[in-house]
Amino acid sequence: MDTAIRQNRPRHGLLTFRRLYLDLALIGAGIAAFFLFPDSLGFLTRVLIMIIMVLSLDLVLGYAGIATLGHAALFGSGAYAAGLFAVNFSADPLLGLAVGAVAGAVIAFVSGLILLRAQSLTLLMLSIAVAQILQEIASKERAITGGSDGLLGISMEPIFGIYAFDFVGQTGYWYALTVLTAVFVLLKIIVASPFGLAARGIHESAERMRAIGTPVYWRLVAIYTLAGGVAGIGGALSAQVTELVSLDALGFSLSAEALIMLILGGLGRLYGAIFGTVIFMTIHHLAASVDPFNWLFVIGALVLIVVYFLPEGFIGLPARARKLMRWSP
Amino acid sequence: MPAISGILIDGVSYGMILFMISVGLSVTMGLMRIINLAHGGFALLGGAAAHWLTTIAGFGFVISTILAVASVMIIAMVLERSLYTRIYRFTELQQVLATIGITFLMIASVNLLLGSTILPIRVPELLSRPIDLGFRTLPTHRLMVVIAGLLTAAALYYLLERTWFGVRLRAAVDNRNMAASLGINTVKIYAITFSLGAGLAAFGGILGAELLPIDAYYPLRYMVLFLVVVAVGGMGSIAGSFFAAIALGIIDTAARYIVPEYGTIFFFVAMMLVLTLRPNGMLGRT
Repeated sequence: MDTAIRQNRPRHGLLTFRRLYLDLALIGAGIAAFFLFPDSLGFLTRVLIMIIMVLSLDLVLGYAGIATLGHAALFGSGAYAAGLFAVNFSADPLLGLAVGAVAGAVIAFVSGLILLRAQSLTLLMLSIAVAQILQEIASKERAITGGSDGLLGISMEPIFGIYAFDFVGQTGYWYALTVLTAVFVLLKIIVASPFGLAARGIHESAERMRAIGTPVYWRLVAIYTLAGGVAGIGGALSAQVTELVSLDALGFSLSAEALIMLILGGLGRLYGAIFGTVIFMTIHHLAASVDPFNWLFVIGALVLIVVYFLPEGFIGLPARARKLMRWSP
Repeated sequence: MPAISGILIDGVSYGMILFMISVGLSVTMGLMRIINLAHGGFALLGGAAAHWLTTIAGFGFVISTILAVASVMIIAMVLERSLYTRIYRFTELQQVLATIGITFLMIASVNLLLGSTILPIRVPELLSRPIDLGFRTLPTHRLMVVIAGLLTAAALYYLLERTWFGVRLRAAVDNRNMAASLGINTVKIYAITFSLGAGLAAFGGILGAELLPIDAYYPLRYMVLFLVVVAVGGMGSIAGSFFAAIALGIIDTAARYIVPEYGTIFFFVAMMLVLTLRPNGMLGRT
């Protein structure tokens, strides 16, 4: 982890331009994907939305070291809030995003007050419990949320009143890509800020941070709330683009899968969240279309290989390869 | 008051199942300090083996149960020696990931061999008949579950409190390095305990198949349930697991009977309350 700190020393100025070429390449890849795979826009949009969710998890887990298995609670809250807002009040997409972000942040703040006092297994269990309770409420309040049928009847207005959502999902894709880019830039600024460094400091040693006067608990609550807002945006996007919110948005599998994606990619660098999500979801997409039943073999083996042989995730591959080259005679 | 006695009997038998499956998890997690999400997988393997033995191979229920539990114990021993020795040194997060990966492989294997439908276990006719207890009748199966749970608890108590193995195990749970430097073979203790815990999970999975039906996705569906028992009871505490399992079993059953509109909310609220007040569980070490 200290290599990560050395690589990410705070720089003067608002944005860190060190990996600008990589950022531009990623955005370029996002744009290129639209033209390369015009038939899979639905799937690609889901990937973009999932990246937002996993980025949010990276902020919590990779930077602040909060181990959670209930991140779907924040995503799902954003999704249900945006969906209900669209059905009952206004179908303006950007307003809906804001509602989703606020809902995710509020749920994160309230649950964080309890969660973040705990550690390790207790923290994991409490985070699972929060998501399960929310899912149970969504499942039982059938009249409002549609229960297990899902929240139906979402129909979004055009973005800015100009760009209408279409059946192929072209607008949805550009919309998701734009939101993702904005979220990514925002997170890059945040993790390079003193606030982001404090998060990493707490991860490394909460005692030392306390000793130098950081209010550790409240810092963690702030990070969790922020991540809740980001996850809420992801949830709101998914509600708006798919025009459906199902109970799975609050489910344990979503939390677990997000965790797997993040660790596949690599913790605490934001890029890992992007690569991990793309790799996981692409393999899932391909394996599930070839053989839906044996896909768990693939993902199980993949997870074990990464945990046993690539502890830094796929993002650590280049460094590892470079090391191998250097050591070879 | 048939309602209350009904809730109590169903709740206690449900709790006994939870106890039998979770206690092995609690001990291994307390002993090895690892988060093992694959534990429910051993219950699945036991249940699947018992399904195959009773319905396809045509063995009797008792023989099948013994064979299934024994084979799960062997599988667990092999896994412990091969995969888990590395997992012990992992960070918490890697443990979660690695054991989820193992769970996926278990699910996929059962799915490949036996399909994704419910895998019923054929029980002898004696057990499916109701039994008259004088004040009410109840399925013999429930009674057997309760008795098996109590016997398991008693046997575990004896094993841990009255045998040399138990003394060594408790020493290793308290302080592994100190135990090792006193000449206790902790590696062996780990392997035996892990295998024993997996065997108990298999046993509980087979006996509980009526309440928690066995299918390939069993470990994912009930993983949270088993972890809740461990977290509430306190890692490494057998008495804690016992009381937590019974209490959670009764709370969940009562909530289902009395306020079905709230489902499992009470179960999780109860857990959050306990963990907020006592972060290490009811009987966990602080």
